[in-house]
Amino acid sequence: MLKSRFFKKVEKFNGNFTQLEEDSRRWEKLYKERWSHDKVVRTTHGVNCTGSCSWNVYVKQGIVTWEHQSTDYPSCGPNMPEFEPRGCPRGASFSWYEYSPLRIKYPYIRERLWKMWEDAKDQFENPIDAWESIVTDPEKTKSYKSVRGHGGLIRVKWDDATELISAMLLYTIKKYGPDRIAGFSPIPAMSMLSYASGARFMSLIGGEMLSFYDWYADLPPASPQVWGEQTDVPESSDWYNSQYLMMWGSNVPLTRTPDAHFMVEARYKGTKVVSISPDYAENVKFADNWLAPNPGSDAALAQGFTHVILNEYYNNQQVPYFTDYVKKFTDLPFVIMLDQSENNEGHVVSGRFLRISDLKETNEANPEWKPMLVDEPTDKLVVPNGTIGQRWDKSEKWNLDLTSEFGREISPKLSFLGEDYKVIDLPNFDNEGNSIYSRTIPCREITLKDGSKKLITTVFDLIMAQYGIKRKKIDVFAAKDYDDADSLFTPAWQEKVTGVRADLVIQIAREFAQNAADTKGKSMIIVGAGINHWFNSDMTYRAIINMLMLTGCIGVQGGGWAHYVGQEKLRPAEGWSNIAFANDWQPGCSRQQQGTSFFYFASDQWKYDELDNEGMKSPVKTIKDGYKHPADYNQMAIRLGWMPSYPQFDRNNLNFVKDYKTNDIKEISKKVVQELKDGSLHFAAEAPDKDINQPKALFVWRSNLFSSSGKGQEYFMKHILGSENGLLAKQSENFKPVDMEWDEKSVTGKLDLAVAFDFRMVTTPLYSDIVLPAATWYEKEDLSSTDMHPFIHPFNKAVDPLWESQSDWQAFKHISKSFSEMAKKYYSEPQYDLKTQPLGHDSMGEISQPYGKIKDWKRGEIEPIPGKTMPSLSLVKRDYTAVYDKYIALGPNAGGKLGSNGYSYSVANEYNELKDIIGTYTDGVDKGYPKLDEDRNVAESILHLSSASNGHVAKKAWENAEEITGKKLADISAGLTEKQMTFANITAQPKEAIPTPIFSSAKHDGDRYSPFSVNIERNVPFRTLTGRQQFYLDHEIFQEYGEELATYKPTLPPHVLGPADTKVEPADKELTLRYLTPHGKWNIHTTYQDNLYMLTLFRGGPTVWLSLDDAKKIDIKDNDWVELYNKNGVVTARAVVSQRMPDGTLYMYHAQDMEIEEPLSTITGNRGGSHNAPTQIHVKPTQMVGGYAQLSYGFNYYGPIGNQRDLYVNVRKLKEVKWHES
Amino acid sequence: MKVKAQISMVLNLDKCIGCHTCSVTCKQTWTNRPGAEYMWFNNVETRPGVGYPKKWEDESHYKGGWKLNRKGKLELRAGNKLNKVALAKIFYNPDMPNLDDYYEPWTYDYQTLFGKESKHQPVARAKSQITGEYMDLTNGPNWDDDLAGSDRSFGEDPNMQNIESDIKGNFERTFMMYLPRLCEHCLNAACVASCPSGAMYKRDEDGIVLVDQERCRGWRFCMTGCPYKKVYFNWNTNKAEKCTFCYPRIEEGLPTVCSETCVGRIRYIGVILYDADRVAEACEEPDDTKLYEAQLGLFLDPNDPEVVEQALADGVDMETIRCAQKSPIYKMAVEQKIAFPLHPEYRTMPMVWYVPPLSPIMNYFEGKNSIKYPEMIFPAINEMRIPVEYLANLLSGGNTEVIKNALYKLAMMRLYMRARTSGKEFDAEKLDRVGLTEDSATSLYRLLAIAKYEDRF
Repeated sequence: MLKSRFFKKVEKFNGNFTQLEEDSRRWEKLYKERWSHDKVVRTTHGVNCTGSCSWNVYVKQGIVTWEHQSTDYPSCGPNMPEFEPRGCPRGASFSWYEYSPLRIKYPYIRERLWKMWEDAKDQFENPIDAWESIVTDPEKTKSYKSVRGHGGLIRVKWDDATELISAMLLYTIKKYGPDRIAGFSPIPAMSMLSYASGARFMSLIGGEMLSFYDWYADLPPASPQVWGEQTDVPESSDWYNSQYLMMWGSNVPLTRTPDAHFMVEARYKGTKVVSISPDYAENVKFADNWLAPNPGSDAALAQGFTHVILNEYYNNQQVPYFTDYVKKFTDLPFVIMLDQSENNEGHVVSGRFLRISDLKETNEANPEWKPMLVDEPTDKLVVPNGTIGQRWDKSEKWNLDLTSEFGREISPKLSFLGEDYKVIDLPNFDNEGNSIYSRTIPCREITLKDGSKKLITTVFDLIMAQYGIKRKKIDVFAAKDYDDADSLFTPAWQEKVTGVRADLVIQIAREFAQNAADTKGKSMIIVGAGINHWFNSDMTYRAIINMLMLTGCIGVQGGGWAHYVGQEKLRPAEGWSNIAFANDWQPGCSRQQQGTSFFYFASDQWKYDELDNEGMKSPVKTIKDGYKHPADYNQMAIRLGWMPSYPQFDRNNLNFVKDYKTNDIKEISKKVVQELKDGSLHFAAEAPDKDINQPKALFVWRSNLFSSSGKGQEYFMKHILGSENGLLAKQSENFKPVDMEWDEKSVTGKLDLAVAFDFRMVTTPLYSDIVLPAATWYEKEDLSSTDMHPFIHPFNKAVDPLWESQSDWQAFKHISKSFSEMAKKYYSEPQYDLKTQPLGHDSMGEISQPYGKIKDWKRGEIEPIPGKTMPSLSLVKRDYTAVYDKYIALGPNAGGKLGSNGYSYSVANEYNELKDIIGTYTDGVDKGYPKLDEDRNVAESILHLSSASNGHVAKKAWENAEEITGKKLADISAGLTEKQMTFANITAQPKEAIPTPIFSSAKHDGDRYSPFSVNIERNVPFRTLTGRQQFYLDHEIFQEYGEELATYKPTLPPHVLGPADTKVEPADKELTLRYLTPHGKWNIHTTYQDNLYMLTLFRGGPTVWLSLDDAKKIDIKDNDWVELYNKNGVVTARAVVSQRMPDGTLYMYHAQDMEIEEPLSTITGNRGGSHNAPTQIHVKPTQMVGGYAQLSYGFNYYGPIGNQRDLYVNVRKLKEVKWHES
Repeated sequence: MKVKAQISMVLNLDKCIGCHTCSVTCKQTWTNRPGAEYMWFNNVETRPGVGYPKKWEDESHYKGGWKLNRKGKLELRAGNKLNKVALAKIFYNPDMPNLDDYYEPWTYDYQTLFGKESKHQPVARAKSQITGEYMDLTNGPNWDDDLAGSDRSFGEDPNMQNIESDIKGNFERTFMMYLPRLCEHCLNAACVASCPSGAMYKRDEDGIVLVDQERCRGWRFCMTGCPYKKVYFNWNTNKAEKCTFCYPRIEEGLPTVCSETCVGRIRYIGVILYDADRVAEACEEPDDTKLYEAQLGLFLDPNDPEVVEQALADGVDMETIRCAQKSPIYKMAVEQKIAFPLHPEYRTMPMVWYVPPLSPIMNYFEGKNSIKYPEMIFPAINEMRIPVEYLANLLSGGNTEVIKNALYKLAMMRLYMRARTSGKEFDAEKLDRVGLTEDSATSLYRLLAIAKYEDRF
């Protein structure tokens, strides 16, 4: 009750306006009780977010209540902002999932399949036979496959699920071979053990792990092309060291939320910030200048910038910092040969690099792999140290000291200006028709070893010619000035293409270059998915990287190329990969398949491909081995050993030893070669629709593959899963590959079993046959690292796995056990698995196909030689009864040599120490081996065996690098030898990774991680053909497509529906718009997009963004339902109308899944798809090149990207919003 | 002079990335329970925009805050207590947001996804958390994020009045900024003055404004009185609830949840000493454009021995005074004058202040050679996209001069630091022009950029 206050004296002040009350405040304990908790646990969020933020999870009475970011990162020093707090609203809402109705609590199985399985088990004693009886019956398979995704999952026991899985696996292995089983799980860095679990199981049985970085189109092929490096980027705090920061197609506040502050704060230090984005994106808020190019035209903009840089900093004046840099660290002084033009009499075209083998007969090693330059003082052609030829000639130290092969000092000559001149023909690309343009180029004539004369020029001269820089007083082919809009790549020309004002381009280019000159390279460009997910993204990236190389920014703290797209940096790499790919038991036992080509064939997108490559080729060069159809390039890449291909042959790989009755690999190789030549054996990918060649089982964990990353989702639905779909396209009728078997019949539902392992019910589990309950990130132990920050930190259990969920490691342990036990009973004989392997980067394989010339054994141009002109062959013994035993113990090879990127060093001591740290088995077949049965032991093993987490290993790694390069390097990790990460000490506080040569930073003494600084500061060569950063790529396929140098290529032409595709009744008002899928603000891929907090914070369901004018044209108001379609599929969503959108482009933010608020389509009558429904992939031939220096295969390193940006949709109002069948 | 201590906050809007982490961590910690579904003690608004609840700044509609009566005396805009009783508003009070002005909280029938086999793929649809019925979503707590539905947001944002009309609908002239909002813990809190039950109070020791959950009778006049619409009604407990400035944490020496979890590192917390005897007088400053300075005039120099002496006499303890002496709020608001109160014209003397944002250059779509001074690598203040008038309407009762001065300061600090970090000379006179010295520019830089945890809180 209120007490009367009338008679109580109260204190008044503020002129009687305020009065002091003296009531009890005991009630205040209410909110204090709310704030109280029982424990706080350090953990993080995994897999699909590269943030790798350290979080404190609060637990009260055994219930996870909420999470706040931890703020105890090691300091960046007194004069820098700190990393704390790292996190974003998405991560902050994670605890909602713990007890949400979306949570997968138990194992589930598709009811129809379960009934069949129960019946079959009654009939057959052997479960393998039982499985056979189902999958060999077309009616049965159709019955359960056609209802995939339609609900009807029923709860089963774990053991029931693993029994069925094991029967399926053993049947598939026996009948088709283990490589008909695929595993997909992405981005290991942000939960290493969880990735390693299934990968280890797959590796032990012989199934293939599918790559993800290239498939996601997050891999920038430009990085391996230019640097021979998958990707290496500065940690986010290094943005702060920059003095000129461009954000180009990277919406930093939205996609790099935890790190954005470094960019924001750098402005106060005087850093200029420029944003390049077609819409008024979140990051534009922080920019000083905003440039809004037309989507996909970014390469032209970069070329406009480059034109100004070349003219003002290489032609009008020379900046010693720039010229010294490019002479030493790039291929600009290297010499290329000029060939006769096919089109113009007397004109020349650019050819390949001149090698010492072109000049003379020589006994030295690898002469075809030693490109040359002219030494200025002596004016002689020399091979500088550092080329790939020297790399694999182990007799010399391999480094970037400016010496020739005899150790004599040299000074590279950049240009033949003032010598001879020729007119060179160069390609210009345009959707209206490609054309040739001519420029003047300085050159010199030399005599080759056969006595013939040859013109040569330098890469630098070629670039100056390409841009039309006027170097002579009179040059009719050069650009007149910046306003010369008819001369390619001038600022005025780019304005025509990009819409960005020429004078702004001139201003920004000057500022950018002058800043680099003033600060010795502290200009940085942050790039992202906005420009990386395009078909020609490698051209755009190379054009941008050129700007950075010309201004000496690469390898400099605060400067360079900062690519953040699904990137990862699994810092304790060696220990991890050893375990993940079971190298500890059998080195090389794992199959690693290129994801894009796998899905291109498995989802039959190749049969619908309309992309005739003929129109994309260079008009100045033709090559004899070219094709029209992308699939044909893929076949060539497979048979020449450029790319892997699993499923492998149209024969069970376990049958070769049996059929040939020998296990001598030489003998087997001979026969395989013979069979391939005479056509009795084929690569499976040549006929992906044949029963024997299909993938039969797919395990998906840590991923929502069928939605989030299923580019060409409806093709997946139809061909891989056999379910209801919204595909409007029809198989091509006229445009077909020549080297593949074409079956007019459409094959649907290739997979016999889809297994999903997840903690929430989204598209992938909905469409899978078996769904296993996964522990969440707050319920397991694991490790996390990223390239956004330098720390390694853990996942910890805030609570034990809830309901029947298990950690990934325990789940695959469970499956291994069931599998091995069934194998013991029914398939106990060890098998020999014949395995193909492409020519790998950082192995001798990368110097197997000289000069970048295609020699195709299928056309009789060369003999098929395994490991040289075709994939290598090896035998892997598979004992299926021992898979479990191997899974749970760290095998003896983990105590041998580990390494990466060409370095290797012994970890025998560390392996022995591990035995004491985590304990060994005392009996059984694993006796004496360290235990990997518990998650935490796996984590300890990874930390103990890796150079980034164990100072002793780092020391050995640097010593090995010193031995190879002859340079002083070990000081980089000196003083850190005693640094040893353990699970306990990284739980106490995140720890900064130790610098190691398997990454490219020379970071030490409190530096921020800056890539390639070890190359620039320490003269360690780049892992490329020339050993330098490469402007020029001379492989024949690059010549065929005119991509020797970076150049602007238009986006693919608009294509909505082909004449043969399913007709769609046109609506009254309908508009064709560019369809872009940038990363969203309320989700990390599909995670969090279904989370109630995130849905509440923005509109509660699928949305698409469009401009005011576009909306008006089709009568759409904000929040109206719309339907969008093209040949690939249909999506329904609500419209967001906004003036920050440019006309002509529609955004459907990435990864809005189809299980939340997605109505039926009026076009198909089926459920609308996810953001991926209107997508399809286009594979690019240049990205399939292999066996050639840095253009050699590596898992997630090189291969065609699954790009999905060059697409258009028709948009219209959704006539009727219908939810279910009624 | 009566010295009181007030815990207060500055948000550097120039650093805000609009991520909403503060909203989510706050909601998870405090309001994810029945009756509080729609409550966001902390929310973030995109501006221009209508905010949450919808158009909360439209006081002609909501009647929040104070106004001066004909005598020039303060009066609640919604009328005094007598007025409430006389007009029977106590039984029906129309002057407050209804559920649709906030939004009807919803969830989804997620369980459908685990259901039996159906004709099409199942889908989880939105369902009201109030009625359990399926819902057609038309509003939410952040409906106009990032200029979504900008037709409405540009048109209906009260702060857009008197601003060039061709910004609206013009892609090339687009601008946006973010405004995170929480309870202002005002010196002259209208909610406290509105409460008929005496349940609302301002804590003597730190000025935090609270609703006594035992005394609240659910009259909801606080909701009307608060012009920021930061008092909410819990339909489960039938009590008003609001941001508590995380007093359970503050009392233990921890920053608020929204501050500590702010990924943009934009939030600063500190103590301000003020003269409580002059609050009413300051609130009665007749000119809206001078209210900001009037409020500033209440703040006392914590290093002034007289102030310290009086503070001790008025019961402020020494530890609080020491905090006030180190307060980043004092530095930003009083010393550097780069922080401003939100809508001082509501006359509540709000104590959550904001540093106005810089923005990209506007005139690049205009004629050639638009950069007249190449050494001025950053946009000049009058070239920036966000109209100064817009910021002044938000933060200074329309006083554009004080906003401009703050922006000049930030821009000059950047130029000075650029010169320093690239080893170039800088004319100290330029600093002088905006009221900076090399030392103060450096310390401002460190406070805004380096911003270590212990400097922010």
